[in-house]
Amino acid sequence: MSADPWTWIAAILTLAVFSFLYKENPFYRFAEHLFVGVANGYAITFYWHRVLVPSLINPVASGEKLWLIAVAVIGALYFTRFIPKISWLVRIPIAVMLGYFSGAYIPRAIDAQILQQLRATIVTRSMFGNWQFGLWAVIIALGVIATITYFFFSAEQKGILKPVSRIGIIFIMVGFGASFGYTVMARISLFIGRLQFLLGDWLGLIH
Amino acid sequence: MIVLVLGIFGAAAFIIPHPIVKGIDGTMRNDVLRIITAFSLVLGVGSIIQHHLIKVRRKAEHWPFSYVTLIALVASAIIGLFGGIDPASPGILPTHIGGFSFHMQTLYENVMVPLAATMFALLAFFMASAAYRAFRARNLEATLLLIAAFILMLGAVPLGRMLIRPLPDFAEWILTVPNTAAKRGIMFGIGLGSIATSLKIILGIERGWLGGGGK
Repeated sequence: MSADPWTWIAAILTLAVFSFLYKENPFYRFAEHLFVGVANGYAITFYWHRVLVPSLINPVASGEKLWLIAVAVIGALYFTRFIPKISWLVRIPIAVMLGYFSGAYIPRAIDAQILQQLRATIVTRSMFGNWQFGLWAVIIALGVIATITYFFFSAEQKGILKPVSRIGIIFIMVGFGASFGYTVMARISLFIGRLQFLLGDWLGLIH
Repeated sequence: MIVLVLGIFGAAAFIIPHPIVKGIDGTMRNDVLRIITAFSLVLGVGSIIQHHLIKVRRKAEHWPFSYVTLIALVASAIIGLFGGIDPASPGILPTHIGGFSFHMQTLYENVMVPLAATMFALLAFFMASAAYRAFRARNLEATLLLIAAFILMLGAVPLGRMLIRPLPDFAEWILTVPNTAAKRGIMFGIGLGSIATSLKIILGIERGWLGGGGK
């Protein structure tokens, strides 16, 4: 059994969270509230030491980038959210963030999510160097078309659209099943990790 | 106006390879937006503090637990801000009492990591119960979802190979062929939808982010 007080704290908190499997109880609620508090405290610390100190405080203090004071003023406008009379000022930093990232996103999305995906979907003769790869490429291309057809709501799904969208839903369900399977696997592996911690690091029953 | 100008600049910076434009874009990303993003934490942390203070003041249901959040937040922030985030470069606040450390890194490893991992591990049980409901093969779609998930899970563990030798390869095929086709089709939709939304924001057609008219 571990003699480290932090291992005991971690084990008790782990058990407190697992106690939710029985029903919601004060131990779980305590762990949940503690998590929210510590996570936010850590976020404040992280942003201070890893972002604000190296990117704002140090360059301004050294007189290297004094113009960053203006950026800090814009950032500080987030505080006005909690002052009702001037809360509209919070729109300025939000506008800066939203504006830049909306604009920056458009060409990147066209490139990564449209053109690159199209390029990867197009079936070329070279893919049939290995007949299997060629066949899989054809299936992928048909699957993509069928999936897009399923989400095509501009026209009533009848005639040729109906069977194609039916094939689309088959591909979608297989895809969702695959994602679901992998998500469950990931959660189970986390569960196994917690059991290993409790039985190994804490109780010393397994090595 | 800010959204329009910065939106056009953000899009143009990707297309124009001129060093001046690239330089301004780099400054925007590495300095301006980084700093403003850090300040945006104020919204989240401020809202949480406000929410819990209101709960305490009104003595709402389970209000004593709000003290846990508030005390944990303030204590960990003080430890982190004044004790440092890197054990190799300690701050002005001592973070050891004898052999007992309460440094931010220790809190992270022994409070945050176990709590986060256990919270997500807990989801395994709820997903299992959700899966039971979703996987009762009532129609072709549910059956396909069930089969794909089952093959994927079984194919990823040694038992799968022991039972049916080609199962891991088949699981891999599901991931790389039908799964890719479905995800790619969905990604087209997401991409086009996101581009349309971004354009609406830049052009001022979508103004939901402005909130409730300054109230």
